Amino acid sequence: MNKKTSLVDLSRTSIRELNQALHRLPAGSGSTRWRIREPRGAHAIACGLNSPVRVEIEGHAGYYCAGMNQRATVVIHGNTGVGVAENMMSGLVHVKGNASQSAGATGHGGLLIIDGDASARCGISMKGIDILVQGSVGHASAFMAQAGNLVVGGDAGEALGDSIYEARIFVRGKVKDLGSDCVEKEMRPEHREFLAKLFARAKVRFRPGDFRRYGSARQLYNFHVDHAAKY
Amino acid sequence: MSLEIKPGMRESASFDRNVIHEIQRAAETGIYDIRGWGAKRRLPHFDDLVFLGASMSRYPLEGYRERCATDVTLGTRCAKKPIRLKIPVTIAGMSFGALSAQAKEALGRGASETGTSTTTGDGGMTDEERHHSKILVYQYLPSRYGMNPDDLRRADAIEIVLGQGAKPGGGGMLLGRKISDRVAAMRTLPKGIDQRSACRHPDWTGPDDLTIKIEELREITDWQKPVYVKVGASRTYYDTALAVKAGADVIVVDGMQGGTGATQDVFIEHVGIPTLPALRQAVEALKELGMHRKVQLIISGGIRSGADVAKALAMGADAVSIGTAALIALGCNSPKWQKEYEQLGTAAGFYDDYQDGRDPAGITTQDPELGRRLDPVAGGRRLANYLRVLTMEAQTVARACGKSHVLNLEPEDLAALTIEAAAMAKIPLAGTSWIPGGAAGC
Repeated sequence: MNKKTSLVDLSRTSIRELNQALHRLPAGSGSTRWRIREPRGAHAIACGLNSPVRVEIEGHAGYYCAGMNQRATVVIHGNTGVGVAENMMSGLVHVKGNASQSAGATGHGGLLIIDGDASARCGISMKGIDILVQGSVGHASAFMAQAGNLVVGGDAGEALGDSIYEARIFVRGKVKDLGSDCVEKEMRPEHREFLAKLFARAKVRFRPGDFRRYGSARQLYNFHVDHAAKY
Repeated sequence: MSLEIKPGMRESASFDRNVIHEIQRAAETGIYDIRGWGAKRRLPHFDDLVFLGASMSRYPLEGYRERCATDVTLGTRCAKKPIRLKIPVTIAGMSFGALSAQAKEALGRGASETGTSTTTGDGGMTDEERHHSKILVYQYLPSRYGMNPDDLRRADAIEIVLGQGAKPGGGGMLLGRKISDRVAAMRTLPKGIDQRSACRHPDWTGPDDLTIKIEELREITDWQKPVYVKVGASRTYYDTALAVKAGADVIVVDGMQGGTGATQDVFIEHVGIPTLPALRQAVEALKELGMHRKVQLIISGGIRSGADVAKALAMGADAVSIGTAALIALGCNSPKWQKEYEQLGTAAGFYDDYQDGRDPAGITTQDPELGRRLDPVAGGRRLANYLRVLTMEAQTVARACGKSHVLNLEPEDLAALTIEAAAMAKIPLAGTSWIPGGAAGC
């Protein structure tokens, strides 16, 4: 397929001009690629996309890069600030470096891959997104996570999965401690199968058998005075 | 039930019947009281202010002839498409979940008939709500339940909610009995659980981050939509200043009389400050920044009459917002359901168990049978009638003060009846020039 590549230099083009150009793309923009040069940590790069375009950001991005993404593929060749792919609905966001706090926060769908580490609150209030962090995640990750999968190739910080609902967490390394109502659960064949497919899609060499699964004990779903001390 | 008080029966001021009942209830159940509505205690309010109608030194307008305009435009600071309302009374955010689909539809119908806006709530936007609301404000809440960019784009404005007057600093709750299949699906949660809404946003903390968050929302919507910031009244002077600094187009301040669908009673009655001082503090902050009337101000919390509307505008608000009053207009606490209220252990005029889901009026429920009791068309008509009365009453007062637009009302048109109200509103005590604590400062 003949792919047209558009080049945008953010030292000469404003974020507003870039995003509005990306928003104007027609639904069938799969043959379009965009390369963003000189991002210089700017905020809200490529947010609100709603077409199957591929955007490559050649450097570090600031807050909310690829926020609320729908259908697009956004690759960041660097680190990202707070809230990368926040509230993502679908598509793929791939951070080649590290991500700051709240990566993938409240995401409803799609896949977020972070090759490095993610800071605190990774996957907070996630609602169906799949997040693969090849490195470690900080404290309060998957806090109040509702649905989706958080997969951590490294270690997890304090209070993992605090007040978690129906999301699933898989960790290969150490977990400093689990938050309220989060417990370790049995790894069943369907979980290993899910991980194998995810790793194949992400082209990473983790072995599903090296991971442990965590999820909700569902003891705090309905408030009861006997549980007051756990809140 | 009436009780004959005989000589010698002296009720304690500290331990009155309500206090005794609450202690007994707490001892029985071991859990705090959760209810709807707003603060029920007596608070300094707009009732403690009066207008100084025109006489010798002011020239009034003829009540039934001369024009007194009521239109207001919100979001003129940055948005390409500001909101234009025909009346300065809007409908506050109330969720589908807390309210039935019929109630949300009725709110949309009533507001649209009178040319004003409605607001979504925690839990997202329903198609019915969008369809029946000509002007719809989409709330962006900490929980982000149902939040998606398609609804952002089809909204007319975005309201970032930091808190509400009934519970500044607190999150929301929707008890399991109100989590129907549809509500559960919209919020991506299991049916029947007690659903918590977070008290703080998941991906930003503080005003510097909020600046960037507002920028992101503007980018996603191509700078079309006004961005409101809503705060519960507490440190209102600073909150307003910081929201302006963060880039808000409109500030929404909700006083402690503002209603809620479900919150602990201790929160409702003991956290936050009344609407009166909150409004004054917000106006002071806007004026000091040179942004009064450039960043618009909406005040809510205990607005009941056109007099309240006029007083709020005179103190510097651009519009008001109503929630509890709108539900009453729809039929909440109607004597029509007295027998059923009695079966629930309460009475028309006292019902506040919005968390319970058994609302006889079909408004604060997800029970399909109860919900069908509210005819959205009739409810919308009642709300429209009520909004028209509020507007006409505000116009009546404005004309008496010689104003050809309700937004021309000013603090100089007001006098305070109590020292407390004078101090909180910074309005002189009637018949004097005295403002306790001085005329300026926060």
